[in-house]
Amino acid sequence: MSTDVLEHPAGLADDSEQVFVTLTVADQLCGVPVLSVRDILGPQTITCIPLAPPEIAGSLNLRGRIVTAIDLRQRLHLPPAPAGTARMSVVAEQGGELYALLVDQVSEVMSLKTAAFERNPPTLSSIWAEYSAGIFRLDGRLMVVLDVGRLLALTAGG
Amino acid sequence: MPALGVTMDDLLADFLTETNESLAELDVALVRLERIPDDQETLSLIFRLVHTIKGTCGFLGLARLERVAHAAENVLGRVRDGKLAVTPDHISLVLTALDRIKEIVSTLAATGNEPPGEDGGLIAALNAVAEGSEAPAAAPATPDPAEPEPSPEEAEAPEAAPTAGAGAKSAPPPPAEPAPAAGAEGEAVPATQTIRVAVDVLEDLMTLVSELVLTRNQLLQLARSQENSGFAVPLQRLSHITSDLQEGVMKTRMQPIGNAWNKLPRLVRDLARDLEKRIELSMLGAETELDRQVLELIKDPLTHMVRNSADHGLETPTERRAAGKNEIGRITLNAYHEGGHIIIQIADDGRGLAVDRIRAKALSAGLASEAELAGMTDAQIQRFIMRPGFSTAAAVTAVSGRGVGMDVVKTNIERIGGTIELKSVEGSGTTFTIKIPLTLAIVSALIVEAGGERFAIPQLSVVELVRARKDQEAGGGEAAEAVIERINDTPVLRLRDRLLPLVSLTELLALGAAAGEENAAYIVVAQVGPNMLGIIVDRVFDTEEIVVKPVAPILRDITMFSGNTILGDGSVIMILDPNGIARGTGIGAVGESKAQGHGGPGPVRSSDRTAMLLFRAGGEQKMAVPLGLVARLEDIPRERIEMSGGAPVTQYRGKLMPLVALAGMPGEGPRQPVLVFADRDRSMGLMVDEIVDVVEDRLHIELSGDRPGLLGTAVIGGYATDVIDTGYWLTQAWQDWFAGTAPAEAGAAPRRVLIVEDSDFFRQLLVPTLSAGGYQVTAAAGAAEALRLRDQGAMFDAIVSDIEMPDMDGLAFARAVRADGAWTQLPLIALSGRAEAHAVEAGREAGFTDYVAKFQRDALMASLQQCLSETLAA
Repeated sequence: MSTDVLEHPAGLADDSEQVFVTLTVADQLCGVPVLSVRDILGPQTITCIPLAPPEIAGSLNLRGRIVTAIDLRQRLHLPPAPAGTARMSVVAEQGGELYALLVDQVSEVMSLKTAAFERNPPTLSSIWAEYSAGIFRLDGRLMVVLDVGRLLALTAGG
Repeated sequence: MPALGVTMDDLLADFLTETNESLAELDVALVRLERIPDDQETLSLIFRLVHTIKGTCGFLGLARLERVAHAAENVLGRVRDGKLAVTPDHISLVLTALDRIKEIVSTLAATGNEPPGEDGGLIAALNAVAEGSEAPAAAPATPDPAEPEPSPEEAEAPEAAPTAGAGAKSAPPPPAEPAPAAGAEGEAVPATQTIRVAVDVLEDLMTLVSELVLTRNQLLQLARSQENSGFAVPLQRLSHITSDLQEGVMKTRMQPIGNAWNKLPRLVRDLARDLEKRIELSMLGAETELDRQVLELIKDPLTHMVRNSADHGLETPTERRAAGKNEIGRITLNAYHEGGHIIIQIADDGRGLAVDRIRAKALSAGLASEAELAGMTDAQIQRFIMRPGFSTAAAVTAVSGRGVGMDVVKTNIERIGGTIELKSVEGSGTTFTIKIPLTLAIVSALIVEAGGERFAIPQLSVVELVRARKDQEAGGGEAAEAVIERINDTPVLRLRDRLLPLVSLTELLALGAAAGEENAAYIVVAQVGPNMLGIIVDRVFDTEEIVVKPVAPILRDITMFSGNTILGDGSVIMILDPNGIARGTGIGAVGESKAQGHGGPGPVRSSDRTAMLLFRAGGEQKMAVPLGLVARLEDIPRERIEMSGGAPVTQYRGKLMPLVALAGMPGEGPRQPVLVFADRDRSMGLMVDEIVDVVEDRLHIELSGDRPGLLGTAVIGGYATDVIDTGYWLTQAWQDWFAGTAPAEAGAAPRRVLIVEDSDFFRQLLVPTLSAGGYQVTAAAGAAEALRLRDQGAMFDAIVSDIEMPDMDGLAFARAVRADGAWTQLPLIALSGRAEAHAVEAGREAGFTDYVAKFQRDALMASLQQCLSETLAA
């Protein structure tokens, strides 16, 4: 059963469906595969970490574990969120560590047919192209599939 | 075959763990056997261990291991039966066999298979010993008729003898073993009930408990806001259970330091043979426990230091004889708890550090200029050996080698928040003292705020807190308040006639200035190696016990932080690393600048000074108590003070602590400052109005016995200050504070201690302290009085004497005691205001056994205990 899911290369079989947590960052709809999401958090108290790279928003406490918060807007070189906006986070794990991706809004969980999947258009800006695993055509709008692994592959230089 | 349900891998894993433990135990036991050859118990233990290894190997089909173990067992069997004498050569041979076994076992652990190899030579040598002894000693190898069970091997021995010389004979196939061995020794095994648990499980437990503690704290905070909630009582219970659970889980991580030491006897023995020295290693306090993680981290530095002592520290027997010393050099390891730390001392009675040679080496290596060296004390020069690239051994020996030096040891110890100090007297030995935290997992930290953010600073490195104003102009306020001065924008603080370099945390961490720029700031004085550094912060909050967690990998290269943690209120906080801050500001590189500021002969004259804690209670007048007597300072929220039986108490570290108001009435305000006094497992809190400062001053107390609770008045910092009588207040909280603890060791007669001390104040403090420790105390008000006691024929087990006394001082007294009379052999402990290095040396030369700083109650107790146990052993 579960091996079936694993053996399918990411969304190539036309009849299969993939489940995504959808979110918005700077009005762009994005999706994260639901299996890579550990938690969805509302606005949190985030402790700032001095001298850290700019995309590190700080750290927060998730049930006794310290989670490093990453500002998705900074990571995607987008303008900072307007002051005072309450932001939500999507928690994912990488290398045994938990990270929280700070986004503007987390919406619904969607099940999408892989037929609607397309590769990145070659004209996509290099930053988006680096972190986007492809695009889903939805009714009336497009959803960027975020590559969580790459987003979290932080090195000291940023 | 053997495995149905249990796989071979499981069996093998169990075998490896067990064998490794046995091998470590064997090393120690064999060295012990060599010293006491006819120790039947040790011998039986060794035999049993080897026998078990052999037996298990056979069961698992590990042929090579089995053959080696079998041959070693043969030799041991002969020894056990009294057929073979224990000689260093025999022991060496058995040790070689053990090394071979270790080698094979480690390959086995790595690959799952026995490595191919030839052990014929070794086995032949072992067999030759097993059999050879019969040739010279008991020539006719007929089994002794008195010996009821000659094992089959022994019966074979004579036949094997001719071939053994050729070294070609392989071990006989394992016949039935000498069965009585395992059975007969059954009772000698101490019946410890233990269970082996994977470390991961313990670590997971620890994490879970940390979370539980956090949740508990949040619940408590919620419950506090609701009065008369039905949750209050069960929550209290939950709180207590959680604290106990936390303590219990912490305990599972604790291991006796002896575990890090068990390789040392073997190491020292081998070194002694290689270096042709005679070395005796004594290990005190091996049962002292510390956290597993810390233990792992200090294992290598300790081994290295012991090796150094044996190689460089101790002289050869010839040299020692020429110097008029005992041929046998001594290396002493001593471990004990002190406060939240563990102290480990590594002492040798060797040649000591040659100051002249170090000075020359430092100069030639360009570590310091001649002028700098001229201004340094001997102790400062000796510290050069902990600088990178420094090695005094004229010839680099194979033993200590090159590469890792004392600088690596020092770095490793500092990495875990420890410190290392050394004391050395040329000609009579070197002592290294390592101070490390008991656990890395939970530390006490001071919470501070800078630039609107909170940070934690490990309490271990905080020396004191100073309140200071940021600029000189805005005068007023208290005249005594310190002012931050600037030299070309570099902030400094005058602290007791010394300039303290300062760093602003806000600037260092590039934080925006706090909104309301206030004139007052706090300076956290931190000890970084030998240097002091003041960290300027905006506010200081509580101290909190925190669970240190490593930072995310992305943040590891920010050296300012040593970790992060979650506070009781659930927020995440970064933990500052004073070492990293010092490096970040270039202070670590400056080197030994601490005591040079004076330019004078150093702080020799301060030996009479005592650190006093100043506070206010029930009035404007300041009161004082010797800082050494105070276990902790706490600031307890008012609502946490409860009433029990009409007396105030608070919950403190999972127990109820009685509180006594010094001024008769507890103060007001949201928080209550408390001085905590602790003794063994009980503590009491003295409620005061305000904690003012810590000052060091000479103590001249005018006694006045008419006011209960006060010893008298002293002039401290230019003001008349009441000095409180701690003994009185302790008995206010616990009437039996001194009585209950008296019989320290039941059954043993109380040890008699003579105290020689001219100051009434100190005598008043010492007598109850020592009596409480179970000693029978006699006090003399001066050296002359003490010597009169001696001449009258009074006898004691130990003498504790002050150094600074009128008429005849402590040094003269020590010389008089050592010169003649009945007390020449008694342990003699010096007490002084401060244990400066030269003072200690002078004391040792005069004949003192140990030197303890006044008011260091625990140190005095430890010293007494050690001195007395040594005389017993001698």
